[in-house]
Amino acid sequence: MPTGIQLSYLVASALFIVGLKKLGSPATARNGNLIAAIGMLVAIVATLLDQQVLNYEMILLAIAIGSVLGAIMAYKVEMTAMPQMVGLLNGLGGGASTLIAMGEFWRLLNSNESVPIDNTITMILSVLIGGITLTGSLLAFAKLQELIGGSPITFPFQRPFNISIVLVFLVGSAYLITDPHNLTIFLTLTGISLLLGVLFVIPIGGADMPVVISLLNSFSGLAASAAGFVLMNNMLIIPAHWLAHRGSS
Amino acid sequence: MAEGLIAGLVVFTLASFVGFEVINKVPPTLHTPLMSGSNAISGIAVVGALLVAGDRDWNITVILGFIAVILAMVNVVGGFLVTDRMLQMFKKKEVKA
Repeated sequence: MPTGIQLSYLVASALFIVGLKKLGSPATARNGNLIAAIGMLVAIVATLLDQQVLNYEMILLAIAIGSVLGAIMAYKVEMTAMPQMVGLLNGLGGGASTLIAMGEFWRLLNSNESVPIDNTITMILSVLIGGITLTGSLLAFAKLQELIGGSPITFPFQRPFNISIVLVFLVGSAYLITDPHNLTIFLTLTGISLLLGVLFVIPIGGADMPVVISLLNSFSGLAASAAGFVLMNNMLIIPAHWLAHRGSS
Repeated sequence: MAEGLIAGLVVFTLASFVGFEVINKVPPTLHTPLMSGSNAISGIAVVGALLVAGDRDWNITVILGFIAVILAMVNVVGGFLVTDRMLQMFKKKEVKA
């Protein structure tokens, strides 16, 4: 990756740190948010200058669609609906991380390259954390928005069921590491990740949802971080999991 | 491969400490905007999405990347705007008080 882009990423990371720091104090919070947004702009523009990015029309279209949707959602949402809004946005970020890993898997699938083990592991992690964040956040959103009942949903043998799902995931992961071009296994792992997000949130009542959203928020940071490892892109690794600590505070 | 991975792990670990120090000791009233702001930053996944979607030819990877760019941009733009709205309200409240 060209030096200029790397340096831009460094600038963006510094802006994120300063922005977050300022967000921590009432007097400077709005400025902090602005600074972080500028950091994001720097990172995006720098990435667009990458030689790997050729498909400008479509990418600019996607950026435009996403920006308009995001702006509409941000202005339409009621002040009282903010927690679920953050949850929803968070889930979309997790979804993006999952899609990135899937896209990279498909690229490797068609390239006949041999896939190094660490690549496979980071792809699995990215799909797992991103998938849980996506469905978990969407479900938390639905509960807080009262689209579905807020009461905890439990069923018999829930815990053994969950554990066996996790075991299936681990076995599948091990298999994928030995056979990194196995599409069926990869899709199964993706499906399980999405299912785990649902299973994680359904037994939790509506009142506890803000905590869940906070935790999933840190997950999405980790998911972006894992996607960073997939693409070996420091920009993704750096800021992402600061959020990891948010959940606990 | 190992070299890149280790460099990544170094960045990951050091950034964890930075994150902890930055987020530490924030007044509880600012927790929601801070979470929302940091959530917007996690939309940095858009960078990865751009790289995945960058290919010239249409294939599944590009389509997945395309959708990922849209989702991540919603996260980024929505996240920052929502945070700003919350903080705006904050200010008004303070003036009243």
